Parts: sequence; C-alpha cells; structure tokens
Amino acid sequence: MQKIASIASTITLALALSTGALAADKLKIGFVYVGPVGDFGYSYQHDQGRLAMQKALGDKVETTFLENVPENDSERSIEQLARTGHKLIFTTSFGYMDPTLKVAKKYPDVMFEHATGYKRDKNVATYSARFHEGRYVIGQIAGKMTKSNTIGYVAAFPIPEVVSGINSFYLGALSTNPNVKLKIVWANTWFDPGKEADAAKALLAQGADIISQHTDSAAPLQEAEKAGKLGFGQASNMERFAPKAQLSAIIDDWSGYYTARAQLALDGKWTSTDTWDGIGKKMVIMAPFKNMPDDVKAMAEKTTAAIGSGALNPFKCPVLDQAGKDQCKAGAAALEDGQVLSMNWYVKGIDDKVPQ
Amino acid sequence: MRIDLEPRAGRSRIAEWVAPVGALIAAMLIGGLLVAALGKSPVQAFFVYFVDPLTEAWSLQELAVKATPLVMIAVGLSFCFRANLWNIGAEGQFIIGGAMGGWIALLTHDGVGQSVLGSWWIVPAMLAFGAFCGLLYALIPALLRVWLGVSEILTSLMLVYIAQLFLDYMVRGPWRDPKGFNFPVTVNFDPVATLPMLAPGGRLHAGVALALIVALAAALVMARSLFGYEVRLVGSAPRAARFAGFSESKLTLAVFAISGALAGLAGICEVAGQIGQLQPSISPGYGFTAIIVAFLGRLSPIGILVAGLVLALTYIGGESAQVTMKLPFYLTGAFQGLLLMCVLAADVFTRYRLVIQTGRRA
Repeated sequence: MQKIASIASTITLALALSTGALAADKLKIGFVYVGPVGDFGYSYQHDQGRLAMQKALGDKVETTFLENVPENDSERSIEQLARTGHKLIFTTSFGYMDPTLKVAKKYPDVMFEHATGYKRDKNVATYSARFHEGRYVIGQIAGKMTKSNTIGYVAAFPIPEVVSGINSFYLGALSTNPNVKLKIVWANTWFDPGKEADAAKALLAQGADIISQHTDSAAPLQEAEKAGKLGFGQASNMERFAPKAQLSAIIDDWSGYYTARAQLALDGKWTSTDTWDGIGKKMVIMAPFKNMPDDVKAMAEKTTAAIGSGALNPFKCPVLDQAGKDQCKAGAAALEDGQVLSMNWYVKGIDDKVPQ
Repeated sequence: MRIDLEPRAGRSRIAEWVAPVGALIAAMLIGGLLVAALGKSPVQAFFVYFVDPLTEAWSLQELAVKATPLVMIAVGLSFCFRANLWNIGAEGQFIIGGAMGGWIALLTHDGVGQSVLGSWWIVPAMLAFGAFCGLLYALIPALLRVWLGVSEILTSLMLVYIAQLFLDYMVRGPWRDPKGFNFPVTVNFDPVATLPMLAPGGRLHAGVALALIVALAAALVMARSLFGYEVRLVGSAPRAARFAGFSESKLTLAVFAISGALAGLAGICEVAGQIGQLQPSISPGYGFTAIIVAFLGRLSPIGILVAGLVLALTYIGGESAQVTMKLPFYLTGAFQGLLLMCVLAADVFTRYRLVIQTGRRA
C-alpha cells in the first residue's frame, strides 16, 4: 500500500514538474484594454490582433487580457499582469503611459509596449498607427459624395491624434470638393453610444449628409443609416451595423505588429522601439469601398495605393494653418512626424477652433 | 393567499450584524452559480476572488489603496445620510478636491516658491486646500437647500458634471504640461508634492493611514459627541429634534461641509498618492461607489471601513479572476450588484416579518 502511494506521488511529482517546465517555455503575454472587448471598435481591434497573434504563434504563447481598465486606476492592473508571469505586456491606451512606465521600472525583465504614447524606456516600447492616412482617403470620398457640401465630424477629445485626423480628412475632402464645409462636434468620450448618437443627430439636423467619426462605437454611423445618409466606420469594419450607410471604414490592424513583436520576444531579440506605421505596412486598412459610384471607388483605391507606396502624403507642403501661415519647415516636402504627433491647430478653411 | 410584510416589534442587535454577513454568503452562493453556468469551478473562483488577495502582501496593500478613497468618501456621506440629507455629488467634491489640491503641486513645480520656507509645507497645504475646496463645493447644494428649498439630490448630482468639465478644461488648457505634445495631462508632481509612502517600493501611501484615522475619528464623533447625537436624532426623529431646539439649517450645512471636506481630501490623496498628476478624469466613479459602501457599512464608520475593504476586494479579486481564470470582467459588476441586492433584502427581513396567509380572512 505504501509502495503504491509513493509511486503515485512520484508520478504526480513528475507530472507537475513536466507541466511546470512546459508552462515556463510558453511566453505569457498580457493586454490591457480601455474599453470593453465588445465595443466593436478600438478595443475590439486590439483583441482581434491578440487573437491573430495567438493563432499565428500557437502553443508558444499564452495570452491574457484585462478589459475596461480605467486609465486613472490602471497601475495596479498592469502590475497584476507583470507579477503573474506575463513577460510581454501591451497597454493599449494613451492614459496608461505613466502607469506603464512606473510598473516597468519595478519589473526590468518584463517587456512593455504602450500604444499611442511618447514616453519610452529600456523595457518600454511605443507603437501607434498613422490613422490620419486613412482619414485623407475617406475625406476624398466624403467630398465627392456630399450633396449638401456639409460634412459632420463626431470627435472624441482634442488630442493631436484626433486633430491631425480632422485636418487630414478636411484636406482630403477639399481636394475633391472646393466648396466643402466641415462641422465638428466634440463628444468628449471615446465610447458612449448615447452621447455619440446625440452628436450625430445634431450634425444631421445642421444639414450634414455625411457623418465621419473619431469615436469608437457604431452609434454615429447608425444614426446616418437611420436618416438615410452616409458615413464611415471607425477602427473596425462596421458594415454590419449600417450596410446602406457605410462608405468605408478605417480599420486598425494590429495583428501583424503583435505577432512580430511576440516573435522577437520569443527569439530574445526584443528591443524598445518606436513604431508608427500606416497604410503601407498594413497597420491601417481601408474597409471595402461600398455604396458609391465606380469612379469614386476607383479614386479611393488609387489614393489608398498612392499613400501606401509613399507617393502621396496627406500633409504634403505647403500646409497652411487657419491664419494662412505655412507650418512646413523650410524646404520640407511634408510635415515632419513630430509636427503631426503634436498637432493642435487646424488647417486653413476649417471654420472652428481647437478647444484649448 | 397573501404575502405580507409585518414590521417586527423590536430590532435585535445581533440580527443587525448577522444580516450583512448572511447577505454576503447569499451573494457568494448566487455568484457561484453564475460561475458554474460559465463552465468554471465556483470553488476555484471563490479562492481567486476572496482568499488569494488576502494572502499576499502585494494584494493586501493594493486592497488598502483601493479602499482608501471609498472609505473616506463614504464616512463623510454617512453623516449626510444619517441626517436624511442626500449628497449624491461626492464624485464632484472628490474631483474639485483633487484638482484644487493638485493645483498647488503645479504652482510649486520645479522648486517655485520654495526659496523661503523650503518644501515641507507643500503636501500639508495640498491636503488642506483640497479638503477645503471640497467643503466649499459641497456647501453650494446645502445653501441652496437651506435658502431656497432646492432639492439637494438634484443640485449635488448636477454639480458633479460641472466639476468633471472644470477639471477637463483646466487639464486641456491652462494646466497642460507644456512639454506633453499637447496631450491633456499636467506635469508629473515633484516628489515633494507627492504623499509619502508607508512602505518603501510599494504603493501604500500616507492617505491609507489618513482614511483609517478619519474612520476612527468619525466613529467617536458619531457615538460620543452631542453633534453625533444631533445628526442621528434629526435623521430618525425630525420632530423631536425640532422640539429639542436643534437647527435643521445649521445641521444641513454642517453635514454637507463634513462630507464635502472628506470627499475633497479623498480626491487630493488619490491624486497626490496614487496618480501623481492631474488628468481629464481622476476618478473611476469613487464618489458613486462610495454611496454603496456607505449603505453596505450600515452608515457606521467602522462598518464602512469593512465594507470599503469588501468592495475593494471584489475589484481586485475580479481582476485576478480575469487574469488567472479568464472570467469575464462583467462578473465583477454583476457580483457587486448582487451584493447590494442581498444586503437590501436582508435589511428588509431584519425590519419586517414575512407573513403568508392562506384562506380568507374573516
């Protein structure tokens, strides 16, 4: 009897050791999302990236996510992942910047990746996408498709990413329609379907026949659909929410980046870098162009390809601000990345003020 | 058949304390069913949620940090609620306290104004000014009620949105970090404008100790002072209180001042102890969650201390469950709702008896 027991315990011990060894070989990767995975927008796309990475790397990685993590109480959540053996952690919202850096100092052997921020460290890399490239394309479409020459824009917060998106969108629209007018409503939220819908309704009531949005839910697009008008999806392909209204959508595609970074971590070659890719590297993808005539579709495809190849830059010089002053550095072909990343001024022709 | 609730003749003190514990157990059982329905082990979930966080130094410390703002605000609210006054705007008072206290950190950034006195006074000044501004902000609905008879429930709630937009405006405009690429955050506070840590390397800031002191002091005031008696009397027997010569107006101002000051203090402790800078939003809804904490704690300061820790436990346990068991985030919210429902139900049964009558009444 005793012998059986000792054999049994040896076997369980061996089993425990072998699974332990297996688990240690796996790279544990954590994700922190600001919204619910089910927002079908920003956080959803990050999670799609996680799933694609999981699929590509299979048994070599194990992934975990924390959703709806408030930015002002995120340090604990990030540390929770770091102390439970996650060696690569993606924090996917701007407000996680300082908390990520604080936790990274405490866990020097953990690799961190912070989206849309500008502070880096030895073990903190940053990454973001050139969303404004996609906005130039949909701006061109909007310029062509509007009948009232009035386009509504539901914006989240006046941070550089959103402001440069508005400018790029407007420059695109202006390039196809010199009479276009842009009306902007600040929703002061990233995700609040009620508020976003109200903003869209207000814009429609002011005569906008196309709704563009830089907030994460499908609500503004759905309002456009209800009113028989047109719009664009944000972050994700929102066609299923507005099959008749969605002209296209700017899709954030993180799968390539996440897979590549995880692979580097697995190979022991991960270093802290600053990545800002766009249409060219497929971090920004345009959803199929629909609900538009063939010539508009052809134009949109041509512009997308030109931006992807680098032949076209939405902020090609000169770029005039509202006062008519050229913001380009002397002799530059386009605005520098740093200028776009810190943009807090509108281009000439936008009849509004950046909230200060 | 009729089901009636009959008031119980006397209320036993034992039942008053057994009821919340019973409610907690009931909520855990229902929560366990939910976990089982999701195909996970309820026993493992119980350990991950409620036991593991209590066994490690790291999570115990996080528990205290998370409970601190909840306890401070809820203790203040208990004075209002006891007196049958409904301050729903603690969230706004919290934000104003954090913003105005934080302002001092911005004014003294990089050694400004420290040539004469040094820097020792900065943190105390931040705490005092934060609490004072929270107090002033809470007096608005109190004065409107006393002077004009306006419902304090509405005004205090509406002032929350004003506070949120005020902070939002300041952080995007005048207080923005000039080197922050136009992002809406202030500079990081200097170490001299940050609450000292109680343990090196951790996140256990001095605000945790303050919360403990606040709860103990409030318990003393509530139980032993004439003022505490006045609050309780006005709440439970307003006519008697009037006959006793207590002024309702003065009391209204006093309890709002207390709850506003404590919410403001909680705000500046959170900003100077946990966040370390001002952002467009500094609270994940602490001012509202504290209302639940106040009632879970039966409006007694010591009860609130326990309730604050229990609620903090559900947050931290909920996060562990997401990480280790891949349980959904929404389970945490669902469980908090369950807990409140069970506590309220238990409350009803300690006050009333269930009478089921069959057949006709004569």
